[in-house]
Amino acid sequence: MHIVTFTRSTPDTAAKVEVGADGAVTWGGAATVVNPWDEYSLEEAILQAGKAGGKSAVIAVGAAMHDDALKHALAMGLDEAYRIEDPALDATDSLSYATAAAAAVNKLGDAKLVVFGKESVDVGSDSHIVQTARKLGWTMLSYVSKILEVDYAAGTIKVERLVEGGKQVVSAALPAVISVMKDINEPRYPSFMGIRKAAKAVIPVWSLADLGVSGLVGKARVVRFKNLPAKNVELEMLTGEPEEVAAKLVDKLLSEKVL
Amino acid sequence: MSAIFVWIETADGAARPTSWEALGAANGLATGLSLPVVAVVFGKGAAAVGQQAVARGASKALVSEDASLETYRLEPYAALLTALVKEHAPRAVVAVATSAGRELLAASAADTDSAMLSDAIELGVDGGAVTAVRPVYAGKVLSDAAADGAAFVTVRGRAFQAAAESGGAGEVVTVSPVLAEGDVKVKVESFEAEVGTVNLGDAAIIVSAGRGIANNPKEAPAGTEKADVWKAQDGFETVIKPLADVLGGAVGASRAAVDAGYIGYAHQVGQTGKNVAPDLYIAVAISGAIQHQAGMRNSKVIVAINKDGDAPIFKLARYGIVGDVYKILPALTAELKKRLGK
Repeated sequence: MHIVTFTRSTPDTAAKVEVGADGAVTWGGAATVVNPWDEYSLEEAILQAGKAGGKSAVIAVGAAMHDDALKHALAMGLDEAYRIEDPALDATDSLSYATAAAAAVNKLGDAKLVVFGKESVDVGSDSHIVQTARKLGWTMLSYVSKILEVDYAAGTIKVERLVEGGKQVVSAALPAVISVMKDINEPRYPSFMGIRKAAKAVIPVWSLADLGVSGLVGKARVVRFKNLPAKNVELEMLTGEPEEVAAKLVDKLLSEKVL
Repeated sequence: MSAIFVWIETADGAARPTSWEALGAANGLATGLSLPVVAVVFGKGAAAVGQQAVARGASKALVSEDASLETYRLEPYAALLTALVKEHAPRAVVAVATSAGRELLAASAADTDSAMLSDAIELGVDGGAVTAVRPVYAGKVLSDAAADGAAFVTVRGRAFQAAAESGGAGEVVTVSPVLAEGDVKVKVESFEAEVGTVNLGDAAIIVSAGRGIANNPKEAPAGTEKADVWKAQDGFETVIKPLADVLGGAVGASRAAVDAGYIGYAHQVGQTGKNVAPDLYIAVAISGAIQHQAGMRNSKVIVAINKDGDAPIFKLARYGIVGDVYKILPALTAELKKRLGK
């Protein structure tokens, strides 16, 4: 049995990301990292595969730059990695992503649990996660902070979810797609041996035809990227005794009309 | 019938206030496309909330108070929304990008093979296509996106004006759920509410603290295992929360404070926490790591209070104060009580 997870390479958090003269998004020579939320889903896939006595598989949808994230995943200890790339596939369209992702899960054939990090910071969205579940026809459990029970034989899962205003415990039927939050686990660092093994790994690339997907048409398209409007914030330091600065700050905030 | 659908989210039988922002956004789209707005409301109190939606500009409300829809669950809600979308073929479906709104619209967009535009901060119409401006790359870049065909759109909280009461009239129509309770595979077993906190995503004002909140002049009781944790928790209770309370705001925290065990993860602002954009963000004893900035840099007015005048947070701030937060915050809280008459 496979526990499946998905990841992406995203620009390093400290990188300056901007739109270049050619209209493409660039982060100069800065490195990419694993999408920050995926540290937790990769770890959870390893843990759940271990408990189930199955294999963990990680999949990226997109161009070769995502191999870096897949190799990081292999170095952490994921068993298998795959990448989906096709000229007809625009991974920024969540519906296209989900269609391909669901087909890849089906191709593995024996998965009962798919784990995603809460969202992807590059596309700024979690739509593709829910849509992967819908395309599979599986249960979707989002914002999971704890997996309380998984019983593959009985086909049930029980988790704790972080929702607005509190924590919810839900039980549901497998197979399921879950998205996980930061507090679910402590992600491990890749080991030296893991890094060596990952460096040598050859990652299979699947086309849409390999997945049995044809006639895929994106529905949401990016017309253009643009830089943020310049925000010139002039810092004003307030000085004096605590009571004085407090009074000065309240004056300023009242004149800003934010109170 | 073609229309703009808007999903009004309810909690405890009332509309979630930010849902009126979704109606405001939907009213704007409807004007651009010359279409009526239809509100969709499920759960306890749906009929009354539907009536309010009509009073705020919707021409009609489709409501269901069936027991299987009493509290939000993706499965039965998505099944009914998808059925209504198939029946009425709206040009767009709008909701606020709350945790429920995001997953409900994405699910129904997938069920109907429609375009999904999430977390929009601006909406428009271009040549008949619904367009959206969305922050991408952790908010460092914007994307102009367009939908081919029906558009499912979630709007970022606080980005659109709430629809105001306009005294409008329209019919409220009861619809039937698609899934019977026995068909729903997800059961909510328990809910543990977090008491007394304003939701970070909805908050107009946020007071956040970082690791420096542990520099509490009070001594931890003898025998306390982790004195810094005690001091920081005491600081959240005695200086951060009173300031947030007088401002009617929410309490946030940096990742460093959360990882150190000073406060729960639900309060974390930043890259692996919540993205917020309040009118006022007061960063107390927060140095301003890039991961924290990613979650709050779009706040309207940022105030930084820190003992270290070189902290990176000052580069984002409109107002800065260098000093002991345990002296400045109580003075600020007292001043606000006086000036705001509380």
